[in-house]
Amino acid sequence: MSGKTLLTSKEIDIILHRLACQLIENHNDFSNTVLIGLQPRGTFLAQRLKKILTEDYGIKNLQLGLLDITFYRDDFRRKDAPLEATPTKIDFLIENKKVVIIDDVLYSGRSVRAALTALQAFGRPISIELLVLIDRRFSRHLPIQPNYRGRQVDAINEEKVVVNWKETHTEDKIYLVQKQPKTN
Amino acid sequence: MKQLSVPHLLGIKYLNKNDLELIFETASHFKEVINRPIKKVPSLRDITIANLFFENSTRTKLSFELAEKRLSADVINFSAGQSSVKKGETLIDTVNNILSMKVDIVVMRHGNVGAGVFLSKHVDARIVNAGDGTHEHPTQALLDSFSMREALNSDLKGKKIVIVGDILHSRVALSNIFALQLQGAKVKVCGPTTLIPRYISSLGVEVETNLKKALEWCDVANVLRVQHERMDIKYFPSTREYTQLFGINKQILDTIGKDIVIMHPGPINRGVELTSDVADSKQSIILNQVENGVAVRMAVLYLIAQQIKR
Repeated sequence: MSGKTLLTSKEIDIILHRLACQLIENHNDFSNTVLIGLQPRGTFLAQRLKKILTEDYGIKNLQLGLLDITFYRDDFRRKDAPLEATPTKIDFLIENKKVVIIDDVLYSGRSVRAALTALQAFGRPISIELLVLIDRRFSRHLPIQPNYRGRQVDAINEEKVVVNWKETHTEDKIYLVQKQPKTN
Repeated sequence: MKQLSVPHLLGIKYLNKNDLELIFETASHFKEVINRPIKKVPSLRDITIANLFFENSTRTKLSFELAEKRLSADVINFSAGQSSVKKGETLIDTVNNILSMKVDIVVMRHGNVGAGVFLSKHVDARIVNAGDGTHEHPTQALLDSFSMREALNSDLKGKKIVIVGDILHSRVALSNIFALQLQGAKVKVCGPTTLIPRYISSLGVEVETNLKKALEWCDVANVLRVQHERMDIKYFPSTREYTQLFGINKQILDTIGKDIVIMHPGPINRGVELTSDVADSKQSIILNQVENGVAVRMAVLYLIAQQIKR
């Protein structure tokens, strides 16, 4: 699939380091902060950030959880395609912790809304922040904005932001494509 | 796409292998949910479920009700004991009356074989069979298979499962046989010949009347209760004799030279089909079955509700 490239592998690497530094600025040694990657697509970003924070910046005991929001989504039974769940792996409580939710693309804000509800099942955090790699401007359905953003893009509704990670594709790359008309 | 191939859960025989895999996968997600500090998700917020139990039940009813509540569904309960059924109302009338209160899913246990199938043809709601007479008990078979996979830490292809006890009166046995065979497991049944259905071999199931041989052969023994309440005649001379021939105790398990998994759908007649030291042993996964029952029922209700369009 081809399309307009938004970020190349090198740019992504620079942005990830910048985001890591911004996190450190606010959370110091992360002793009271946990990262929560949203399943399925926020997990690569979250794991990459964890790797940078631990290996390049010497953060120890960084806690990372993966949260699936399928059962909290507000479009259950409203879509033609069924929602597919993925595993949740959070083996700690977020009671009195600072939480950073991590996702790849912020679009309507509905996933983040669902994540906020889902997190309630794991305790009452002190604060919740949002980190996204791509922030699509002018497309929010809800009053939700990121605290940390990789790149802000303007895209129309007929376009889709595709994020490829080298873990699943050949290289890190983010590009914009035309949405395919639904075939099912 | 990942959804069930059927609109209702009437029996395992209407499901295919993909359906089972989807249910197990979804159930594993719900098992994680019910082990959280807050064990509830809002998925079925606008779904109403009626539990119609025309036959007695404790754990199945509790398990369904808990599963429904964990999914945030609205629940109404009905037991035949306190109802108009005694006044002569027909099944369709009873259910249609309940449906006019805008119910989306009916979970039904009924003493008559095929009650669920019958209802699905006549009323406008999704039906989940919670046991129909001596026919099927699909959610029990699903939770049994889910528990076996968990205990053996693998899928059930090629695994050997023996079902011990009263096969003739058991809906658990029939649903288990269908479910296990769909997953490629080998199934034997073991019990007094009077309690083995005559044509069971036509299902591809072998009959073994020697308990020790059956246990030596198997990886998992699913032990069933002797259903005295369904017996209109004597099928064996005495409970004592049944226990001597088909009761599982520590001694017999020690002689087979391997650790097999022991299951029981409950309620257990302690000292009849299982002795207490076996029922409470490490090999027994009876209480895991109960826990998994909630997760599996959540998965079934979630997947059925998913098909109900607004």
